[in-house]
Amino acid sequence: MKKYIWPSLKLTLVFIIVCSVLYPLLIAGIAKLAPGGGKGQTVSVDGKVVGYANIGQKFTDDKYFWSRPSAVDYNAAGSAGSNKGPSNPGYLKIVQERMDSFLVHNPGIKKEAIPAELVTASGSGLDPDLSPAGAKVQVKRIAEIRKIDEAKIISLIDKQTEKPLLGIFGPAKVNVLKLNIELDKLK
Amino acid sequence: MNTELTGVIVTFLLTVIIAYPLGKYIAKVFAGERTITDFMNPLERFFFRISGIDASKGMNWKEFLKSMLAINMLWLFYAFFLLLNQSHLLMNPDGNPDMTPDLGFNTAISFLVNCNLQHYSGESGLTYLTQLFVINFLMFVSAATGIAGAVALFNGLKHKTTDNLGNFFAIFTKSITRILLPLSIVVAIILAFNGSPASFDGKDSIVTLQGDTVGVSRGPAAGMIAIKHIGTNGGGWFGANSSHPLENPNYFTNMVELVAQMIIPIAMLFALGFYIKRKKFAYIIFAMMTIGMLFLIVPTINWEMAGSPAIEKLGVLQSSGAMEGKEVRFGAAASGYWSIVTTIISTGSVNSMHDSSMPLSGMMQMLGMLINAFYGGCGVGILNYFIYIIIAVFIGGLMVGRTPEFMGHKVEAREVKIAALVTLLSAFLIKGGTALAAYYFVQHGNVVWAVQPANWLNNPGNHGFSEMFYEFTSANANNGSGFEGLGDNNIFWNVTTGFVLILGRFLPIIGPIAIIGLLAKKKYIPASSGTLKVDSLTFGILTFAIIIIITALSYFPPLVLGPIAEYLGM
Repeated sequence: MKKYIWPSLKLTLVFIIVCSVLYPLLIAGIAKLAPGGGKGQTVSVDGKVVGYANIGQKFTDDKYFWSRPSAVDYNAAGSAGSNKGPSNPGYLKIVQERMDSFLVHNPGIKKEAIPAELVTASGSGLDPDLSPAGAKVQVKRIAEIRKIDEAKIISLIDKQTEKPLLGIFGPAKVNVLKLNIELDKLK
Repeated sequence: MNTELTGVIVTFLLTVIIAYPLGKYIAKVFAGERTITDFMNPLERFFFRISGIDASKGMNWKEFLKSMLAINMLWLFYAFFLLLNQSHLLMNPDGNPDMTPDLGFNTAISFLVNCNLQHYSGESGLTYLTQLFVINFLMFVSAATGIAGAVALFNGLKHKTTDNLGNFFAIFTKSITRILLPLSIVVAIILAFNGSPASFDGKDSIVTLQGDTVGVSRGPAAGMIAIKHIGTNGGGWFGANSSHPLENPNYFTNMVELVAQMIIPIAMLFALGFYIKRKKFAYIIFAMMTIGMLFLIVPTINWEMAGSPAIEKLGVLQSSGAMEGKEVRFGAAASGYWSIVTTIISTGSVNSMHDSSMPLSGMMQMLGMLINAFYGGCGVGILNYFIYIIIAVFIGGLMVGRTPEFMGHKVEAREVKIAALVTLLSAFLIKGGTALAAYYFVQHGNVVWAVQPANWLNNPGNHGFSEMFYEFTSANANNGSGFEGLGDNNIFWNVTTGFVLILGRFLPIIGPIAIIGLLAKKKYIPASSGTLKVDSLTFGILTFAIIIIITALSYFPPLVLGPIAEYLGM
């Protein structure tokens, strides 16, 4: 065994330098050219940073589009899903409660119209998006509170909807933070 | 056609299209033929010279294994030491603490063995130093160890009679410089330009549009996310792994990460065909593995897109499928697809929470890991499949009443015993471990551990049992994904899975290399009319049947107790 230890030790040192020092430095250097400079892309309103483009935020106010439920309350210092199993009775009760609460805040909406994503927690707890349906089901509430025409808000959603990749791969989605920023600008 | 389905189909096709030329390239690299990366030659020679390695000197199977084990042992001590002392060392902008000894033990082993079971969350459990010097480092070297093991097998199969399986250190080095590093750099740059952080800045704090103050964890993540997939490692920079919007920002990066984790396992199959000049043998294996994958992946995507029957009863709209634990930007199809890809090839990264998958999807994920050879991990997938081949050769030999042969070498009692032992050991570790955990949960719920056994499970009933079974399955398969509701950061899970990890890694590497070492030394017997043709479709199907039978016999009871019972009860 001993005759293998020395070469192993020296080769290990070589690859610590390659994999743990040079490689991350190279990537960090190249990432400086990327949007956000490798620090994460931020979004600003009137020159003030209000969030990260990719990280979801909590919106509980009725005048905003709500985000999905989150197991970490949208604090991106951590991240997690609920890890609730599909048959868990306690979990199903929570989903029922979210439905009830949604219906109270959105009078006139039927439960069959609530997309499941609005009553289920995301994998990361930081999901930045909604499906177009998940946004549109909230239009009535927001239109009433803000006293804006429903059609105007719907066309805003359509404008903010990101189509599937190249038009053919994956689901369509709406970034909730960007949508709400635009919503604040609507008159 | 549904854009979610076109997304996963094209992702798979892209994987195969890239894997084929990559396989050809890998075969050339290890055969010493000219390749486009030959500019690395002087650098590699320099590495060998300062390390005192004679790269041209071949090794027999015992020398090969000794070198591999020696260097792995060093890495284990190195990683353990850093994890236990990380708070006192450099690059800790978020002020994270040292690991406890049992957690450090588990983490060091877990990354050493290419498993990446994580009983901590990256945001709070590691420092930037340990992320880079332990995790990132082990991700490269453990993947290279797996590739080296597979190349030893290739060398044994290539020659009629030989005791030279190649020089471990040379193959290991080239695996990094010629394959893992270049591919990782490409993937890391794609990720960085799509929004994954790569700088050394610490945690940020922001006030949101609505006025809440929250933190945002960051760090030099892009490089690690790249090698975590290229090397089929799977451990996340962030706790939520590739469901985290900084770890996997959009559908495009999701496709890139899916392709990245699958190309080397598939390319190694093509490489085998080119390297030993028996392409048909490799294609048959590829076909069988692909059929196996489809058996698992098609129903899973179907179940996840159909949505949860329990939520259906509550009456909400499930047009986008079962969304608990999933991200809107990936959707149910790509999440279901990923959950099987990551479990058949031992990556263990996740883009949705498996604990919240539909019951039978959860079973498919477990089957992927229990079989662990439908493509399989970086290098080790072929080694696992080779064990099934040896058993198939033996049973096929018995069926035709001849001494079993494999590629011109008699397969005798010793080789079959090793193969059987490796197979049986998995069943023993997984079921024994689960039984022990269930015993503590039921009989000693109040033991004073960091998480008391009574509080281990995040879900009641059969699903709770699945959480424990999944954990040992994942540890033994060196997968690393989890039913993460399990309260696993305590001495019981850290220590037991630590041992399962080591045995589940090294015996399935030692076993096949010993077998090929023993076989390759034997006298070559030219093929005759009575020889079992191992590159025939018949033999492929026989091997496939052996896999199904062994898996069904070994694991049917726990699967009934967990996912099947949960499904029937819903």
